[in-house]
Parts: sequence; C-alpha cells; structure tokens
Amino acid sequence: MFIEQLVNGLTLGSTYALIALGYTMVYGIIQLINFAHGEIYMFGAFAGLLLVSVFGVNIFIALIGAMLFCMLLGMLIERVAYRPIRGKSSRLSALISAIGVSIFLSTLMALFRGTNTTRYPEIITIHTYHLGSLDLSSLQIIILVVSALLMVGLQLMIHKTRMGKAMRACSQDLDAASLMGINANRIISYTFAIGSALAAAGGVMVGIYYNAVWPYMGMMAGLKAFSAAVLGGIGSIPGAMIGGLTLGVLEILGVAYLSSSYKDAIAFGILILVLILRPQGIMGKKITKKV
Amino acid sequence: MVMDAVLSQYIDAYYLHIMVLIGINIILALGLNITTGVTGQLSMGHAGFMSIGAYTAAIMSIHLGMPFWAALLGGATAAAGFGFLLGLPTLRLEGDYLAMVTIGFAEIIRVFFLNFEPGGKAVGLSGIPEHTTFSLVWLLAIIVIVLNVKLLNSRIGRSFYAIRENEIAAEAAGINTTRLKVLSFMVGSFLAGLGGGLYAHYMTYIAPQDFGFMKSIEFLNMVVLGGMGSIPGTILGTVVLTIAPEMLRIVAEYRLLFYGGMLVLLMIFRPNGLLGDVRWYDIKKRWFGKEVKTWES
Amino acid sequence: MGILTLEGVSQEFGGLLALDDISLNVEEEKIFGIIGPNGAGKTTLFNIITGIYTPTAGKVKYKETHINGAPPCDVARMGIGRTFQNIRLFSKLSVLDNVKVGCHGVTRAGFFHALLGLPAERMEEKEITLRSCKLLEMVGLYEKRMEYADNLAYGEQRKLEIARALALKPSLLLLDEPAAGMNTSEKVNLMEFIKEIRDNENLTILLVEHDMNVVMNICEQIAVLDYGRKIADGPPEEVKNDERVIQSYLGAEA
Repeated sequence: MFIEQLVNGLTLGSTYALIALGYTMVYGIIQLINFAHGEIYMFGAFAGLLLVSVFGVNIFIALIGAMLFCMLLGMLIERVAYRPIRGKSSRLSALISAIGVSIFLSTLMALFRGTNTTRYPEIITIHTYHLGSLDLSSLQIIILVVSALLMVGLQLMIHKTRMGKAMRACSQDLDAASLMGINANRIISYTFAIGSALAAAGGVMVGIYYNAVWPYMGMMAGLKAFSAAVLGGIGSIPGAMIGGLTLGVLEILGVAYLSSSYKDAIAFGILILVLILRPQGIMGKKITKKV
Repeated sequence: MVMDAVLSQYIDAYYLHIMVLIGINIILALGLNITTGVTGQLSMGHAGFMSIGAYTAAIMSIHLGMPFWAALLGGATAAAGFGFLLGLPTLRLEGDYLAMVTIGFAEIIRVFFLNFEPGGKAVGLSGIPEHTTFSLVWLLAIIVIVLNVKLLNSRIGRSFYAIRENEIAAEAAGINTTRLKVLSFMVGSFLAGLGGGLYAHYMTYIAPQDFGFMKSIEFLNMVVLGGMGSIPGTILGTVVLTIAPEMLRIVAEYRLLFYGGMLVLLMIFRPNGLLGDVRWYDIKKRWFGKEVKTWES
Repeated sequence: MGILTLEGVSQEFGGLLALDDISLNVEEEKIFGIIGPNGAGKTTLFNIITGIYTPTAGKVKYKETHINGAPPCDVARMGIGRTFQNIRLFSKLSVLDNVKVGCHGVTRAGFFHALLGLPAERMEEKEITLRSCKLLEMVGLYEKRMEYADNLAYGEQRKLEIARALALKPSLLLLDEPAAGMNTSEKVNLMEFIKEIRDNENLTILLVEHDMNVVMNICEQIAVLDYGRKIADGPPEEVKNDERVIQSYLGAEA
C-alpha cells in the first residue's frame, strides 16, 4: 500500500519536476517568475492531444511534437512580452506582463476549446504489472522513464555543452557574461525554449495519465511546480528535480492518509512552510544581496 | 436614507447599480493600489481577501444578528488579520514570492468556502440583509479616498513609495522595510475586506465563484491601467473598467482576453498607466504658470 | 576609543575571503579614507558597518554598542548614514521627496497619526519639509526640488544622495566613491563641501575613493586594503610613502 502510493507520488512528482525546471531556469537567469509557464504546459498538453487525435501519431511522436511546438511558443513569449521590458522597467512590470500573457493564453484556449475538460484518446494499451504487492502500470513506467531521460539529458546539456556553460555563466552574472561576449538575449531565449519543452513533456504525460486536459489546467499545476521549485531552492536545477519529486510524494501521501478535499492546499502549505523555515530551499545557497 | 429615495426617483436603476459598483470597486482598488501600486508588492489574491470580508460580514449579519457597521468592521478586520498572517513570513524575504503565495492563498480560501457549512458551501450564502445603499457606498468611498491622500502624503506613505523604488536605500534611511511592507499589505487587505462586506450587503447573495482568480486580476487591471501608485489614476482605471464591460459588448465577451492583453501592452508601452506619472505640480505649473511653494523662510 | 571600531572583522562569501581580519579605529570628527585596488573589499566593509552583511567573524562597535548583526534600518537610526557606489535614489520620486524619506529615521509620526492628521503630525511634516529644503539648498539642488530624481545629472544625483544621508542627522557618514564620474572642478567643490559639512554638523566621515588626489587632500587618516587585508593605516604622508602601498598600487618591483 505505502509503496504503491510512493510510486504514484513519484509519477506525479516527476511531472511537477519537469515544470519546476522551467521556473527555476528562467528565475536563475533573469529573476522573473514566468507566470505564463503553466500555460505553456497547458498548450503542450493540447498540442499533444491534437497530434494524437487528429494525426493519429504514437505517444512518443506526440511528445516530441508538443515539445517542439512549446519551444517556439516559449521563445515567442519571451520575445514579445518580456524582452521589450527587460532592463527598462522594474521587475514588477515584467511580472505583471507575465501575468498578462498567462491570462491571455488560457482564455485564448478557452475560446477555442470551451472550458470543459477533453479526454485523451486511448493511445496506448495499459498493462499492469504486479511486482509482489505493487501494481505498476506501463503508463507510470513510461512517465518515470521519460522524465528521468529528460532530466539526465538536461544535466548533460548544462554541464557538457558550450551552450550549457554559457547558461551557467548567465545565471551567475548576466552583465558579466555579456561582457565576455556571450549573447545574453540568445541564451535567455534558449533557456525559455528548453524550459518550455520540458513543461510540454509534462503536459502531454499528465494529460494521458489523468486522461483530461482543460484550458485552466496550467494555473494550479504552475503554482504547484513553483512551490516545488522553491522547496528545492529557486535557481537550482537539481533542487527543482528533488523539490518536484518530494512535493508529488507528499501530496499523494497527504491525500491517502489525511483528506482529499484539501489536496491542493498541501503544495501551498509546503510553500509557506519553506518560506518561513528555509527560504533558500533544500539545495539553494544562501542568497547574498548585491549592493 | 432620504438621499437614496430621492436619487432612485430621478436616476435609472441600472445606472444607479453601476454607480454603486464603481463606489465599491474604488474602495477595493485603492486597497490594492497601496500594496501593489505604491509599495510595489504584487498581491494577486485581492478577491480572496474580499471574500473573507464578504463572508465574515454576511455571517455576522445573518447568524449573529450584529449591526451593519459592526459586520463591516468585522469583515475588514478579519481580512487584515489574514493579511498579517500571510504577509509576515512572505514579505520579509527578498523577491516576488508574495504574488505566488497570494494566488495560492486565494485558491485555498475559495476551496474552504466551497466546503464551509455556515457559508452555504458551493450554493453560496443568500438572504443577506440589503444594507448597502448608494449614499453609504459613496460616503465610505470618499472617506477612503481622503484617508488615502493623507496616508500617501505622510511619513509612512513616503516610505511605502521608497520601498517600491529601492529597498536597500530605504533601509539605509532607517525604514524597517519588513514592518512597513506588512503594514501596507494589511491596509490593502483591510480595504478589500471592507469592499467585500459592502458587496455582500448590496448583492444580498454571495458564492465562492464570485471571488475567483479572475476577480483579483480585474482589480490589478484597474490599478495598472490608471497608473500604479496614483490615487486619481486608480479611480479612473476603476471607473473605466467597471463601465467598459457593461457598455461594450465586445469587451464583455472577450473580457479576459482583453485584460490579459492589456496588461502586456501597458507594461511595454506605458508602464506608468494613464496617470501614473502625472502630477498636480506639473499641471499647475503648465496651466497657471505657478511655482508651488514648499518652503517660506 | 574612536566613534567606530572594527576588531578582527572577516567576511567570507562561499569560500572566498573578501575581508580578512580587519581592525580599524575611526576617531570622532575625522575624515577617514579607505583606499585600495578594485575588489579589495572596500564596499564590503561599508556593507558590514551598515548591517547589510553580518561579518563571519569579528566585532563592529559604534559609540560603545556592538552593531554586527543589527538590521540596516536600526544601524541607520543609530546615526550612521551612507551613500552608494552605484547610486540608489528613489528615481520616480521628486528630489524633495527623496530627502524627506531620508528624514524617516529621525521622525516619529505613525500610521494613525497620518490618518487622523493630528497637530503633532502636521508640525512634524512642516519640520521635515523645512529641513529637507535647507539640505537641498546646502547641496545646491533647491531649485530642482520638484524634478524627478531620475532626471538629475550624474553629479547632482551624487549630491542628492549625500543630502538624503544627511537628513538622517548622522554622527557618522559613509561615502562610497563620492567623486566617481565628476570632473576636476566638481571634485574640488566636493572636497570643499565634505570639509564644510564635517565642520558644520560635527560629523565623522568615512569615505571610499579611487581618486588619490581627493583622498590625500581631505583625509586625516587613511587605511589601505588589498585583497581583503589591511596593508597600511595612518596619516596621508605616512601612507603615501609606505613600501607595501606603493607595491600594491604600482605592481611589485616596477
């Protein structure tokens, strides 16, 4: 029983982790909470749905298609709504602009698709494997494996490639990095692209796992993933992964052993507790102000 | 009151209704203006605080049979109390955590009222006595405006602006930024609660869905459109955005799309809103050629 | 015992020792200069004194009170005013309001005073305005009092920062590179001005500056930092001829 809940929690948590990575990467570079990130995840889920139901592709093609689509979407949002403000106006302006994008995108989808939930067609036959007392569905295995692959891939990219090095430099000090000849605008754009692709993967897998997508799914998921990013330490990539998994497990255990009517309150409660007790999160370094 | 009876004779009920809503919204928006416009702390759960005020006041009226003024005060105080509890851990940190925390908080409050027996759960609370009148709303709105002007021109008000402009420099001037941020957030919540109480006793019926996330966004739009930190700006923004969906069908239908797009465009092209950087001083100087005296020796 | 003493102050940032065992003694009503190459830890020292950083080790004592670990606003209220290397004004407030905010630490009116408009509050407001205007006159910005701080020229912004710091009625004033970006005649004026306020307001002034001319001209005592260590401390003549100072400025064995 407990083990099964733990696996359910890890499955859910790995999708939170995928979304949280986008928050943490963008925050790490430009100190902006990208409010529209939840909506990118939602668009990813719908893009996957479109590919599966209209074009009849298999789950992996749908996943890749949705990721590519959201890469472009993320870069477009950054170009249109954030770049014109960056450096000119206050952080508050950027944050408000991000909220505007978020509302715009979710309402746009609601106009196209209505506010009801849409079910995903059954694209894979789900086997259930019994491992002793543990029931594990093939879908859970796919989610866990795909998430793990994406996260390993991200780590390799960050630490082994030239662009990864440039990203790490930008998150240390954007101005200094641009003085060293790094095209900061391009790196920021790539960061949005990568974060958005990860969120899209999360969206498609959540859509299939819960068999439901709807235009306002981004807000709650976004808030929870942000809580996960703060729990792990905002700005820290391993932190976002650990935070996402921890949050997923805590949420599922909370529902199983406490009450289900306050499911959504758990993530929020954790956010508040972290902010009180350890604002730098699990992996985050103590922040020193620049004066 | 006599005035209300006279007004209802001469003014169409529909216009009166809009006028009352404008009055209530001015109180609410001025509250958000203090927290977000003046102090620069983005609160995204204003409707949540409004709902605390609305439910508290309504329950005090219906179940406890308290007088109206006590219910209003109770609702506003309860909202301010929650503002304190939420603001203290969040506002002592650097960064934009408040925005996320307030969204989450407003969601939780909504879910709480959905499961709250004395509040009628999802069905909502009806049969609230209709105490809010046109003249009362506008009397309170004018008092709130006057007190806002006084506050923002005082030592405390100046330090709110200073925190928005530069927190480190504000600290170096001896301003306890944490304390004042929490104060500013409490004042904003108090006004949200007051507006909520008035709203409940005007509509006579409230339900959790009246206070969703998009309601919070509406208030944010009022402050941002008019000009953050500006009292006349906030009032203008409130009037425009309360009337627009009523008068323009196209705005009503695509309301949220319009709100979202407006926030982005404003931030890119006019981050100070319509009146955010317009000062009495400049107007007087231009039109009357007068130098305003600040010091006679 | 001076007005400000540092004993063995060290500051570490993630394994990097920005300041290493610094001890200073600043005498009352002196102009004390801190010099050193870029990255020597001068601004870090200011941030420790004003409470922005809590030093990893050591004691900071101001007028017989230990102030390490005290929050910046409390330090300010004790009478330590400062300016910033990268100017930090309230840019969307008027010049006058900038100085008025500076009075915050030495005035009292609270939230309810303001709402009720009590006579005491109005009196205080008048005093604040009067004092702010006088300070602006002193730095020569009275005519521009209604401009946005943003619209001032660079040198004027530095002066406004000093006026704002003086509004706090400090006993100790910390100036972080006050002459940066000024031309020669502006620098001469600034030196005059600094001496003047020291004499008129009985101030102790601690300043960080790159311009040797300024430092040697107005400082009565100078401490030299290099890579987080203090390598010299004394009157200008002595410091000027110190072997190690010459080395760190001109490079070893020029």
